[in-house]
Amino acid sequence: MTVARPPSAGGVRTVRRRRLLVLTALFATLAAAVALSIAVGAKPISPADVWHGLTDPSGTENDIVIQSLRLPRTAIGIMAGIALGVAGALMQGHTRNPLADPGLLGVTQGAAFAMVLSILVLGVTGLYGYIWFGLAGALIASVGVFALGMVGGRGGPTPVTLALAGTAVSAFLYALTSTMVLMDEQAMDVFRFWQSGSIAARGSEIAWQVLPFIAAGLVLALVNAPALNALSLGEDVARALGQNVTLTRTVGVAAITLLSGASVAACGALSFLGLMVPHLARPLSGPDHRWLLPYSGLLGACALLLADVVGRVVARPGELEVGVVLAMLGAPFFIALVRRRKPIRL
Amino acid sequence: MRLQAVDVKLGYGDRIIVDGLDLGIEAGTVTTIIGPNGCGKSTLLRALGRLLKPSGGEVLLDGKRIDRMPTKEVAKVLGVLPQAPTAPEGLTVADLVARGRHPHQTWYRQWSSDDESAVSEALSMTGLLDLGERPLDELSGGQRQRAWISMALAQGTDLLLLDEPTTFLDLAHQVEVLELVRRLHGELGRTVVMVLHDLNLAARYADRLVAMRGGEVIAAGTPAEVLTESLLSEVFDLDAKVIEDPVAGTPLVVPIGVRH
Repeated sequence: MTVARPPSAGGVRTVRRRRLLVLTALFATLAAAVALSIAVGAKPISPADVWHGLTDPSGTENDIVIQSLRLPRTAIGIMAGIALGVAGALMQGHTRNPLADPGLLGVTQGAAFAMVLSILVLGVTGLYGYIWFGLAGALIASVGVFALGMVGGRGGPTPVTLALAGTAVSAFLYALTSTMVLMDEQAMDVFRFWQSGSIAARGSEIAWQVLPFIAAGLVLALVNAPALNALSLGEDVARALGQNVTLTRTVGVAAITLLSGASVAACGALSFLGLMVPHLARPLSGPDHRWLLPYSGLLGACALLLADVVGRVVARPGELEVGVVLAMLGAPFFIALVRRRKPIRL
Repeated sequence: MRLQAVDVKLGYGDRIIVDGLDLGIEAGTVTTIIGPNGCGKSTLLRALGRLLKPSGGEVLLDGKRIDRMPTKEVAKVLGVLPQAPTAPEGLTVADLVARGRHPHQTWYRQWSSDDESAVSEALSMTGLLDLGERPLDELSGGQRQRAWISMALAQGTDLLLLDEPTTFLDLAHQVEVLELVRRLHGELGRTVVMVLHDLNLAARYADRLVAMRGGEVIAAGTPAEVLTESLLSEVFDLDAKVIEDPVAGTPLVVPIGVRH
């Protein structure tokens, strides 16, 4: 009889080293994306001037572009990218459905409806006003979806009832929004731009407005990760392992709502990012949510910033909105994904 | 009594499956529940494992009401392996078994040396040490079921509930899994309750048999006491001869079809 050797000690260590390595690589990529996002734009600025604008702004035209346009734009891109990446991974984990995206909870249509309503009824003008209404609309819609998903169920909503409720609420709100938009030209204008999704022309105030919501969502997401690992073995196994399934779902939905609600309100409908990014992160992280969530967040930020940079240079002197670029680059990727021989099972 | 169902009423929604059932599980025994499809045996097992809340009566774990104990504390004493569980793609055997340590972990302390040794012990007990780094999807059915049992073992509970641990396995793998269950009992002194379909294997590997029909316990006792020709007719509507198993000496059920 041979003595049982600890099998995984060496294995665990190599896996851990590899994961930290990937994490470092992702941070490096993000740093590069941030540099590009600050240095490259519709208006060509030399690297020396970019550096001057960053470190010692003296009020030149270039300095103003860097300070009041590109820096806030990059900050919002990082935040929204992280938020949507993490929210997408959470959503797919909770529903065990590889095609789920954060918009499934009704946040996107909730935000759109509230924004358009605020323009039409309250006469709100300007981006700052819309965003508060968008955020409120996203939160209310997803709380409504959660409540609807609980009706008739025993012990909390299930992924299926949530998806059904989310689809129904989204369709209903979309119908109302469409009606209002047809009645009002200004609302139509705002809605058009919001719908394609953009991180341009948002001042640092907006970054500060959404920051607390995204930070709170990220904390909840991290707390949710180990529980989500148990839940990914099925509800019965999770319960057998001592996990409170209803609590896990509630925390998860709260995190998804805060993260995607805040980014959707600030940047418009970018939920495709949340669908796509976890599929990029999963081959790197494996099925462990404690790594999948951070990887998805970092990859989300990289993807959003890089797509935004591409959008600034392909249509000079104009710009292509980042939502459009993401969808154009993302759609072929997604077709390749669904044509993969083995279907993904979560 | 380690685990006890007292006058439990069980069902899903308005559908009542079990109405007023009593059952006690003694420490250090292997109990197998048998019965025809839909008799409520899996439902009973789920209730014993607090996966299903009784709408009446109570389940007691070591004399205390299981639904009033913190679920994480229950998970340190009682392990449950549901029927045909599924894992996410790409999960390795070692990762799966490590997830059995969930009840012993907190969000700030994810991995300890206790976890490490519990996982390697569970893997060596089930003979999966060399397959630790293999993805679960690449294993044979028998190996996969052993991996799930390892996960329940790593949980470190001395009570183990297994719902049809041999479903979808060929006979050789069924025997392999049940031999493992027997060793858990013999070498580690675990108390095991399981649901099985194969009566001959149930007779061979259980200390106690519980026969159910229509949500009621019809008979309970040693395999020789329970597996009689009259009981088979009453519980399964099956005409059969019961002879002695030439290998184990336990009852062996030989069905009588129309043709014979």
